[in-house]
Amino acid sequence: MLIFDQSVPDRVNPSQAPAVDADVSDIPTAHLRDQPPQLPEVSELQTVRHYTRLSQKNFSIDTHLYPLGSCTMKYNPRACNKYAMLPQFLMRHPLSAVSTGQGFLKCLYELQEILKDVTGMAGVSLTPLAGAQGEFAGVAMIRAYHDARNDQRTEILVPDAAHGTNPATATMCGYQVREIPTDASGDVDLEALRSFVGPQTAGLMLTNPSTLGVFERTIEDIAHLVHSAGGLLYFDGANLNAIVGKVKPGDMGFDVIHMNLHKTFSTPHGGGGPGAGPVGVNDRLLPYLPVPIVGENNGDYVWLTEYELPQSIGRLSAHMGNAGVLLRAYIYARLLGRDGLLRVAEYATLNANYLAKRLHDHGVELAYPDRRAAHEFIVTLKKLKDETTVIAMDVAKRLLDKGYHAPTVYFPLLVPECFLIEPTETETKHELDGFVDAVVEIFKEAHSDPELVKTAPHTTPVGRLDEVKAARELDLTWKPV
Amino acid sequence: MSEIPEALRYTKTHEWVRTMDDGHLEVGITDHAQEMMGDMVFVELPDVGDSVVAGQDCAVVESVKAASDVYAPISGEIVEINDTLRDSPEFVNQHPYEGGWLFRVRPTEESELENLLNAEAYSDVAAAEA
Repeated sequence: MLIFDQSVPDRVNPSQAPAVDADVSDIPTAHLRDQPPQLPEVSELQTVRHYTRLSQKNFSIDTHLYPLGSCTMKYNPRACNKYAMLPQFLMRHPLSAVSTGQGFLKCLYELQEILKDVTGMAGVSLTPLAGAQGEFAGVAMIRAYHDARNDQRTEILVPDAAHGTNPATATMCGYQVREIPTDASGDVDLEALRSFVGPQTAGLMLTNPSTLGVFERTIEDIAHLVHSAGGLLYFDGANLNAIVGKVKPGDMGFDVIHMNLHKTFSTPHGGGGPGAGPVGVNDRLLPYLPVPIVGENNGDYVWLTEYELPQSIGRLSAHMGNAGVLLRAYIYARLLGRDGLLRVAEYATLNANYLAKRLHDHGVELAYPDRRAAHEFIVTLKKLKDETTVIAMDVAKRLLDKGYHAPTVYFPLLVPECFLIEPTETETKHELDGFVDAVVEIFKEAHSDPELVKTAPHTTPVGRLDEVKAARELDLTWKPV
Repeated sequence: MSEIPEALRYTKTHEWVRTMDDGHLEVGITDHAQEMMGDMVFVELPDVGDSVVAGQDCAVVESVKAASDVYAPISGEIVEINDTLRDSPEFVNQHPYEGGWLFRVRPTEESELENLLNAEAYSDVAAAEA
């Protein structure tokens, strides 16, 4: 029920209203409302109950296992929120003097240093507001590098398994996209790549481990191939969680990287934002980093801007990105330390491989059975579909009845009827075993009572949705405007 | 197994081509392709008068699962588009070879027709993916 439906005329709830008589006499008349805003007229207690009930309907990582993993959001340790919300951080104005914000700047400077160290890069800029903007910044730097050398290159290479944002980013930066096929074992098809690389190649965008959940074993050859043609290598940090502290993208030969802090550094990421997508670069691209960056001079922290870095690709936000998110990532990294971050990768990978092995033992088909999983793995339910007509979407919906969020479905597109499963490092063995039991039960149900699975979910606040109608007839306002 | 009519020509990227009486070519996506995509929610078509180049993307089909480019099977000029898909993209699912056609092309390079697959060759492509 919408809160507006509980509205009763003239019911007021003034106890939370600000105790000020605001003077609005300086607001131009054209910007004043003709009518009062349409607000629900409800009591304080009604409001509390309404939103508490809504929150109880949420399926969230605070209540259930959530095998979408770092792709969507890892568990956010409460300590990160606690310290990022110290009033000295919260109340700081972005334009306040550097001299009064040395602590804040020091946190950001140290985060830059940590990210440089983790990725093996020469410089980091924290300012991109999301992973997608980090990607854009990364490819814009590749463009700036070639432009500065008067080298007119037209193409960016992207493997067919890549995230859809990669070709979108390349296109936004004015490049043509060429798609590189994947071989049967999940690696980039090196022979095909050889035939695509040339003087027109501005760069290659690669996610490693890839979206297929496996490590690109020929990364050294790939890097050599692209570099010897004069192109640059872009690392999509989406799957950094699998290798953080273990392998540095800089050591693999990458020139530029973006990191999604919500994926690897456990920052909140509700409903698509606020995000943070820092970029790291090696020496070649250092002059082009977006500003502002925090610099250090004999223990004093300062903003480095267009004045100090005239070749910068410029600004991506008014101030320093989403500062509150950056602080959470900083606190997370400091809480864990070097050893802790290494354990993140180890446990994320161990949990994924344990889950893959157990599901496989129960007859669930792995898309790449010969490959060790990274922090995530793909199963294909094609056999189940052929035997029972139950499809991956049905199994995903039925998982909700069993108290588990569904994993990513139908991505990557290369694998039919697939699940992309990522448990992350924070789940216990007990939880993982529970997930396996649920999948096994659903497979049995698919054979004994397929209708039960095809009409799931049955226990959630809302049943099976009409996805076509939802996509076509958007219903975004509580009443027509 | 999905339907693959003998009379049509195909691409590896799952478009079908029908030669019409007036020499124009009608283009759609195959039964196999619509089955893999799932329920369509949106179809983005080129404009009449647009030039298209064989092998380059010229339309988009979007389903509940994914958005996918449609590639021009042959070079030429768009002479007609299937406007009914604007309101009824489900025709692509229901009648991929009839009411679900996407656009019609006046070909400029008739010889490109020879590069297209026949039903048998396309069924190998579809089988390899299924």
